[in-house]
Amino acid sequence: MNGAFRPLDVEAIRGDFPILKQEIDPPLIYLDSAASSQKPNCVIDALSEYYRTYNANIHRGIYRISEKATAQYEEARKKIARFINAPRSRQIIFTRNTTESINLVAHSWGNANLRAGDEIILSVMEHHSNIVPWQLLAQRTGAKLRFIEVTDEGFLHLEDLDRLLSKRTKIVAVTHVSNVLGTVNPVQSITAAAHSVGAKVLIDAAQSVPHLPVDVQAIDCDFFAFSGHKMCGPTGIGVLYGKLELLEEMPPFLGGGSMIRTVQREHSTYADLPQKFEAGTPGIAQTIGLGAAVDYLNDVGLDAIHPHEQELLEYAHQKLSEIEGLTIYGPKPRHKAGAITFNLDRVHAHDVAGILDQDGVAIRAGHHCTQPLMQKFGVIATARASFYLYNKLEEVDSLYEGLLKAQKILIRRRG
Amino acid sequence: MNIYEEDILDHYENPSNYGALENPDISYEEDNPLCGDKIQMDLTVKDGIIVDVGWQGYGCTISQAAASMLTEQIKGQSLEDIKKLSKDDQLEMLGIPLGPVRLKCGLLALKVLKAGAYGLKGWPGDEDET
Repeated sequence: MNGAFRPLDVEAIRGDFPILKQEIDPPLIYLDSAASSQKPNCVIDALSEYYRTYNANIHRGIYRISEKATAQYEEARKKIARFINAPRSRQIIFTRNTTESINLVAHSWGNANLRAGDEIILSVMEHHSNIVPWQLLAQRTGAKLRFIEVTDEGFLHLEDLDRLLSKRTKIVAVTHVSNVLGTVNPVQSITAAAHSVGAKVLIDAAQSVPHLPVDVQAIDCDFFAFSGHKMCGPTGIGVLYGKLELLEEMPPFLGGGSMIRTVQREHSTYADLPQKFEAGTPGIAQTIGLGAAVDYLNDVGLDAIHPHEQELLEYAHQKLSEIEGLTIYGPKPRHKAGAITFNLDRVHAHDVAGILDQDGVAIRAGHHCTQPLMQKFGVIATARASFYLYNKLEEVDSLYEGLLKAQKILIRRRG
Repeated sequence: MNIYEEDILDHYENPSNYGALENPDISYEEDNPLCGDKIQMDLTVKDGIIVDVGWQGYGCTISQAAASMLTEQIKGQSLEDIKKLSKDDQLEMLGIPLGPVRLKCGLLALKVLKAGAYGLKGWPGDEDET
């Protein structure tokens, strides 16, 4: 754990993922982890163990299995707090996913703090989940949206941020890592710049937490949102981290059971953090499963996972650059994490994905929920391959071969 | 079965009835926002019969081949015949199995045709589901 480079034993890691061990023809070559990662045995077992041996609702059961379920659920909160270096575990709010985390902030904090004429700064490379909640907030309040443009190389145009920031800016919401381009954004300096005008900062960390060591205190952001299912955890569990004083001031988002202290006929008082934001029975199994995923990532070590993914990305850039008529969008591998996005000239991305699928290679094709970014690059869709700890260099070779095959099939006779 | 059959690729590379018509009686265009496929279809109609059809668009092999095949079939048919064309008819023309995502690629041309010919806005086949 001294930070020295430890090469990953990819074959051993692949042994932890039953989906990769299936004997199927063709074998699965999974290059879509940016959409959702595969799950190791320890996560699947944690879900199964909960349902098989201590399934019960949490928090108020006066019996052993409910107490165990509560303890495991709250232990997951502590693990996640440590994983992103949150000062206190009550700053970790469980949601369904990144999207719900962002909506929570846009509703609870946004409704209470934004007025007509205020400004919200986003970037053109945001996922729709970090655009639409802010559009809805702007419609409710009369606030205006401002956008940081993206350069042709796939970086944020940070001069825009300096120009756009003013006393009117109430929040800057940007992604840590682009789900399309893979670009790693300088969130620490963006946060410092936003804070200099008194604006708050939300970081969409859906694509960073699975791949890079993160420290919310070092970034100093006010809100930080991510999903369990992209980091070896189950679907249906997401996380919102927030600064304590903000979360304490914010009104509830959803009302219901668990989030109250007392309920009268006409009014209620609310529970303390984190329960204030966790109305209703949460995803208990999913949360415990995410705790197991964090243990797994800690055991393997993000300090080992990230260099491994960089090696895959470097190799993918090198191989795909050899293909005539292939355009890669986004910066060089050293500025990226996890994903490579491209198009073959004269071939629709869906056809690329369709032909790769015939050989078991799973990639994503489409607009990737980033239509403003697609418009910036003047494309309708792109193909994206994304990597994680269980991918190996030979799988990049399969991608390369599949792309040559797609070209051969689809542009064989056209001059 | 391979969805990239020779027949599909032939229609994709050398589409029938490709191009706009001059002074069409009906012209309609629509896209599939999921993948950005776009098809515009022009019809010339005389006494309720489609006497000429032209189409333009861009997108994947499936959506473009489907438009080519569909326009071959409908030339000379009546608008009443068009009403009877079903999702299954279009899939039969394509002759390949389509997954749930690619299904919309395969049906876009028929959707455009039906919306242009008599204002039906939904996806062919969806009217069966309530």
